[in-house]
Amino acid sequence: MLAEILTGLSGLTEGVQFLFTLGGLKNVAMLLIAGVLLYLGVKKEVEPLLLVPIGFGCLLANIPMSELMHQGIDSGARQVFDIIGAPDAAKALMKEDTGFLRLLYNAGIANELFPLLIFIGIGAMTDFGPLLENPRILLFGAAGQCGIFLTLLLALALGFPYLQAVSIAIIGACDGPTAIYVAAQYAPELLGPISVAAYSYMALVPIIQPPIMKALTTHKERTTRMPKVERSVSPNVKLAFPVVVTIVTGLIAPKGLPLMGAIMLGNFMREAGVVARLTKASENEIANIATLFLGIAIGATMGAEAFLKPTTLAIFALGFVAICLDTVVGVLFGKLWYLLSGGKINPLIGAAGISAYPMAARVVQTQGQRYDKHNFLLMHAMGANTGGQIGSVAAAAVMLSVLKGMGLI
Amino acid sequence: MDKWAFGITMMVVGIGGTFLTLAILIWSIQLLKKLFPLSAEDGDKSKQS
Repeated sequence: MLAEILTGLSGLTEGVQFLFTLGGLKNVAMLLIAGVLLYLGVKKEVEPLLLVPIGFGCLLANIPMSELMHQGIDSGARQVFDIIGAPDAAKALMKEDTGFLRLLYNAGIANELFPLLIFIGIGAMTDFGPLLENPRILLFGAAGQCGIFLTLLLALALGFPYLQAVSIAIIGACDGPTAIYVAAQYAPELLGPISVAAYSYMALVPIIQPPIMKALTTHKERTTRMPKVERSVSPNVKLAFPVVVTIVTGLIAPKGLPLMGAIMLGNFMREAGVVARLTKASENEIANIATLFLGIAIGATMGAEAFLKPTTLAIFALGFVAICLDTVVGVLFGKLWYLLSGGKINPLIGAAGISAYPMAARVVQTQGQRYDKHNFLLMHAMGANTGGQIGSVAAAAVMLSVLKGMGLI
Repeated sequence: MDKWAFGITMMVVGIGGTFLTLAILIWSIQLLKKLFPLSAEDGDKSKQS
């Protein structure tokens, strides 16, 4: 009787015992990292909508013996095992259930569903009006993606395999869903660090960009005033725009069509104005539910064995470099445009050509007013910023299509 | 293909492809604006809103 009681009690202490083993120390480290993510999300409000579920997912996945990321046997495999008359050991495996975090991962990360649902919401929230008023500003959205490709070279130099290097470089898109979409397909083993780096650096854009913007521009350039944006776009143009973007980018880079198609579907519903319920659901309920599930599932990929590696540090370093390079190239492109236009374009606008919307546009406005209180760059920066959203997806789409063309995917 | 050939190909085709895609979009927007110019009615609606 005593032996049975002790055996039963041992079941209650397995988790604690494991924490004091060598493997358990890794879990302790990951629990601390989960705590840091939760602290940043809750107390510092660093991308709280993502970092809170990611931090909690990380917490859940790293509690010893929790098995929440356990991959069980699916019903199809059970039937096959029944037909072939599997041995007892295999039948024992069949009784194992899939952990709930694994269910979320399989339901929306492994098949890229959650990032796409979030993209429909982003499209429904985005007003491309400022971009359509001055379409040439879309070129800033291309310049702001150069960090992706330069970082790809750095990642290759550090010895990352091709597809891992591509997935890491996509952090430079400054676009969480795009980074997750690409990493989940081509480097799922790096999904945790890539996602956390992408969202962390997006939140740090107001800290990362201003010193670069100041270092690369003169006072005269920073105080360049741009004319007020005049309204010149009809509702029909706004309605046709998402359809045209979908067709054009789908024809050029079909591998990225799910990303561009999702964002443009949301925007088309917004501009159509006849499906207000669907638009509201996309930007609220659907985006919120997808964000919650995506965050928990991403956090769950941060298991100790997968996360506590030197590659994680390298990914964070490369992600930082990517976003710095995006800003550098964007501002330099702005300087070039300043010269070519005879001083009519404020080069600071170039820093807004990334996908962190509307954060990057606000940074440009703040920096512009820091040197000239009566300089209003916001609408121009918003145009470049929405261009950055399209540019980041276009860059990812082009990359995937080139990879397909090379036969690597 | 060695890694440098891969990286430089991706960079050249990637940056070029992104600029080309967005340049086509700029041209498309300008075409749309010519096809659907802002009417006086649209202007009045925007002032009311």
